[in-house]
Amino acid sequence: MTRIPLLLFALLALVPVAGVGGFWPLLLERAMVFGVAAMSLDFILGVGGLVSFGHAAPLAIGAYTVAILNEMRVTDAVVVVPVAMAASGVFALVTGAVALRTRGINFIMITLAFAQMVYFAVSSLADYGGEDGYTLYSRTQVLGHDWLGARNFYVAALVVLVVVWGVLRVITASRFGRALSAARQNRARVQALGIDPYRVELAAMVIAAMICGLAGVLMANEAEFVTPAYGSWQRSGDLMVMVILGGAGSLHGAILGALMVVLAEEGLGRLTQHWPLIYGPGLILAVLFLRGGLAGRLRRG
Amino acid sequence: MQITGLRKRYGALAVTDGVDLAVRPGAIHALIGPNGAGKTTLIGQIFGAVHPDAGRIVLAGRDITRLAPHRRARLGLARSFQITSILPEFSVLENVALAVQAHSGSSFRFLRPARGDARLNGPALAALEQVGLADRRGVVARALSHGEKRQLELAMALAAQPVVMLLDEPLAGAGPEEAERLIGLLDGLRGHCAVLLVEHDMAAVFRLADEISVLAQGRVIAHGTPEAIRADPAVRAAYLGEEG
Repeated sequence: MTRIPLLLFALLALVPVAGVGGFWPLLLERAMVFGVAAMSLDFILGVGGLVSFGHAAPLAIGAYTVAILNEMRVTDAVVVVPVAMAASGVFALVTGAVALRTRGINFIMITLAFAQMVYFAVSSLADYGGEDGYTLYSRTQVLGHDWLGARNFYVAALVVLVVVWGVLRVITASRFGRALSAARQNRARVQALGIDPYRVELAAMVIAAMICGLAGVLMANEAEFVTPAYGSWQRSGDLMVMVILGGAGSLHGAILGALMVVLAEEGLGRLTQHWPLIYGPGLILAVLFLRGGLAGRLRRG
Repeated sequence: MQITGLRKRYGALAVTDGVDLAVRPGAIHALIGPNGAGKTTLIGQIFGAVHPDAGRIVLAGRDITRLAPHRRARLGLARSFQITSILPEFSVLENVALAVQAHSGSSFRFLRPARGDARLNGPALAALEQVGLADRRGVVARALSHGEKRQLELAMALAAQPVVMLLDEPLAGAGPEEAERLIGLLDGLRGHCAVLLVEHDMAAVFRLADEISVLAQGRVIAHGTPEAIRADPAVRAAYLGEEG
């Protein structure tokens, strides 16, 4: 079961070693950052069955934490990362506490509404460029090292990707992960056994948001720029597409989905400016014919 | 478990109209009654899905009338559902291991893998052996036959080491052979915990029950041993009334 993800990580690690140049490293950096965000969404959507249409919100919160601390000249990851993750986690705790009172379509709409609030809130931050966005003075340092700099970013993104994959894998296999999966399968049964599904799901949302906040820190550094678009509903939709295309419930599937979406956008964009005309129908076909997503397809061989 | 003066109205209709019921430890207590007698609403109140207008439910000395369903379960109330309720994607063993985990209140542990955890699998396997499903432990639960799903539910209830087990029509949909095996299993529960059995199969009820309460129009119209209930004219009237 771990063959495919390990192969995937090995291939990603080979890119800088083999000296693959051109646009590839930048494109894959972007895909890996999205991969981290998509895995965090997969944890609640795939394992927990919580279809959040607002997962771009913690991404934007993480990115704007970098920008705001940058303005205050606080640029070390030792401060930036915990603050970004905590802010994203608190956001999920408050909004999740409300959203989890609902199910199904209402949950989707409420998470979307909360994410839109974040989007408009950061759009109105005049000190941080408002709708135009904000360019960072400098990238985030790690204990004074330039590990998130342009030259090192690829490796940093890969390390975070692998660590997050490992952490989410452990949590999914734990008692907590089992309770979360059970709550998706049969909520009434879980309750009758004596587990409060609400608390389990809320904790899962906080964990997912914290990881997505970390992805937001990476995203801000990768572009050296933050914009409200990080928190747009289209971005939330992109993340859902990545998870579903990759195969909901599969962590490495989420990475594959992120790779597919980022590469497809770029590749089709080079082909024609009307690329969404190909991308859209392509997505529909993928959902119709790729049951279990890319990960499911690979598993069946 | 002691239920006193329980009342629930839906508009003008008193669905539960002052129900008193005591389930003794170790006994099988059957709850019977014609359709529309209020059994489902009464069960809903015992499990916290429906809130009573008045009255009290006490479990092992604690008032649980207003507790959330999962809190009641933690205090020792286990159940099977009228429509079989399992975790379809989990294996048989994982289903029961989850019940053990829920009982131990350890669902907020994030590191150790649950799959090979002997502290979960040991008691789970013991419960599966008790219901005769141990050799099916690796099967995905959705692939079980109807009767086996019933056995699995029973194992999940047992694994929680309940004070009171509520079985909502455990024989519904079971074939004659399956029913026979389930009746044998239920008979074996006597002494383990108190059982509140809601069942339409009268032959099974009279074989299994130590006590029977008869519910009609939201009230307990009779209570006693199977022999006493069989002879009770009010019970006969309630059932004949339904048919006639």
